[in-house]
Amino acid sequence: MKVLVPVKRVLDYNVKPRVKADGTGVDLANVKMSMNPFDEIAVEEAIRLKDKGVTEIVVVSIGELKAQETLRTALAMGADRAILITSEEKVEPLGVAKLLKAVVDEEKPDLVILGKQAIDDDNNQTGQMLAGLLGVGQATFASKVELTADSVTVTREVDGGLETEKLKLPAVVTTDLRLNEPRYASLPNIMKAKSKPLATKTAAEYGVDVSPRLTTLKVTEPGKRQAGVKVADVDELVMKLKAMGVAK
Amino acid sequence: MSVLVWVEHDGKAVKDATLAAVTAAARLGEVEALVAGQGVDGVAQEAAKIAGVTKVLVADDASLGHALAENVAPLVVELMGSRDAFVAPATTTGKNIAPRVAALLDVMQISEVLSVESADTFTRPIYAGNAIATVQSKDGKKVLTIRGTAFEKAAAEGGSAAIEQVSAKGDQGLSSFEGSEIAQNARPELTSAKIIVSGGRALGSEEQFHQLIDPLADALGAGVGASRAAVDAGYAPNDYQVGQTGKIVAPEVYVAVGISGAIQHLAGMKDSKTIIAINKDEDAPIFQVADLGLVGDLFKVVPELTEKLAV
Ligand SMILES: Cc1cc2nc3c(=O)[nH]c(=O)nc-3n(C[C@H](O)[C@H](O)[C@H](O)COP(=O)(O)OP(=O)(O)OC[C@H]3O[C@@H](n4cnc5c(N)ncnc54)[C@H](O)[C@@H]3O)c2cc1C
Ligand SMILES: Nc1ncnc2c1ncn2[C@@H]1O[C@H](COP(=O)(O)O)[C@@H](O)[C@H]1O
Repeated sequence: MKVLVPVKRVLDYNVKPRVKADGTGVDLANVKMSMNPFDEIAVEEAIRLKDKGVTEIVVVSIGELKAQETLRTALAMGADRAILITSEEKVEPLGVAKLLKAVVDEEKPDLVILGKQAIDDDNNQTGQMLAGLLGVGQATFASKVELTADSVTVTREVDGGLETEKLKLPAVVTTDLRLNEPRYASLPNIMKAKSKPLATKTAAEYGVDVSPRLTTLKVTEPGKRQAGVKVADVDELVMKLKAMGVAK
Repeated sequence: MSVLVWVEHDGKAVKDATLAAVTAAARLGEVEALVAGQGVDGVAQEAAKIAGVTKVLVADDASLGHALAENVAPLVVELMGSRDAFVAPATTTGKNIAPRVAALLDVMQISEVLSVESADTFTRPIYAGNAIATVQSKDGKKVLTIRGTAFEKAAAEGGSAAIEQVSAKGDQGLSSFEGSEIAQNARPELTSAKIIVSGGRALGSEEQFHQLIDPLADALGAGVGASRAAVDAGYAPNDYQVGQTGKIVAPEVYVAVGISGAIQHLAGMKDSKTIIAINKDEDAPIFQVADLGLVGDLFKVVPELTEKLAV
């Protein structure tokens, strides 16, 4: 069984994003970039499924040439093969989903595992779009994945609690945070990953129109909260709460 | 412009998240509401009363009983043939369905809309709300999900929309619903609670979480939330999580107990009207956004606070 895992290179989650002074976006010059945390979880899940019938894991990233580093990380974790699709221009989720569909048509994976959301643009769309374009089932926000030869049963984190769905394969799954804890790549595996195959293609080679549909007119900082006051003790807090009408 | 709004419901009643979506949709044009489900007559009646809704479309079918995206999307796509925008609340259901619809319509969705600037221009949060982007869509049709905390709720009563039946597209045979564990919670729902008390990793165990947080919440008539660390450690169930990847809340009062204030947590609650923080570390980042801060050991101050609020 083959699993495809799309991974995105994003601003590291520990870095505080800074809006550029000219209002064109968030400053990504000289800041730490990493694999989107949800995608690490997706790679980890694919690796864990290797005991359950998965024989090959292909990772794919769409972006600038440097996304190679992200793919090497996935290979060092345990993926077998990587595909980089370069694009000068930023590709939106709809374009990413179309490129991924082209990859799926070529690679014919049984399962595609994506992150539920990329923490830069927080779109939470790509997996659902891909499933729609492929005409296959989708299970978003997965916290548990059980794979059999022809189906996948997924527990999903929904607003009210948990929900379980069963999908026919091939299918698309997107990961939530509690699905697993991704491993760190060991040094020997990082070395080994250097010789694993990484194919580089361009978006144009797939003949898919990925021109953006949205224009970002500006990016601004949200209104900042001012730090308030510290109260001396519980009595003062109770007094303030009463003054606010929160407590009787 | 004609706008189709996804009605979020639990089979019995319209969920509040719908009301904010109706307000956002009304900024775009004439609002029709779609109630999809099984045995949803009551929901449709309720939806017809929402102020601003001109028509309710009801698709009542076994294949729609659990809002599986695979079965819902073809229905919405068909209805969108003669409409200009699809608007869903940014709930887990809305987030699951809307992008599938968008892809099938060949439209780029705009997620978590914070404001409608014009018929094609919207603001939305990026980078966990650390930046706000203003985006303009070139697509003919629009697909939006709406952040509930950013819009007033439309009045639940006052409208008298016509109700029209539409036919479902049937089971697509791709997926099936196997079961759910939906928490039975007597407390106010997080996304509509006026006051929320949230506990963090510092609570130390599930037992202590309940012993300390629940009585304080009771004393305030509050809903209960948690940080991801508290949920991961099993102190609270997943649907309590507030933050970038949990629920986005904006109550009148948010009380953060033993929560450090990581940006991913702040992303979910920093639009609360008043933030109160209890933390033993006076330099905890949560104090940078708190209106009222109490530095102290929660195991001491929380029981004292609960007691003094109760009298
Ligand atoms: C992709 C991603 C998404 C995330 N999404 C979310 C999200 O949606 N929501 C979320 O909350 N987090 C999220 N996180 C995690 C986030 O980064 C933090 O790890 C988490 O919020 C920390 O939880 P905490 O504040 O409870 O724990 P900690 O950071 O460990 O803070 C505990 C606090 O308790 C205080 N304390 C300890 N003992 C006491 C005591 N006796 N009395 C009083 N105070 C005490 C400490 O001073 C400290 O400030 C996400 C992380 C990632 C990578
Ligand atoms: N440029 C990209 N390259 C590879 N995968 C991506 C890319 N953009 C999004 N994805 C995948 O889609 C998921 C959801 O992203 P998004 O819809 O942008 O929030 C991510 O977690 C990735 O798995």
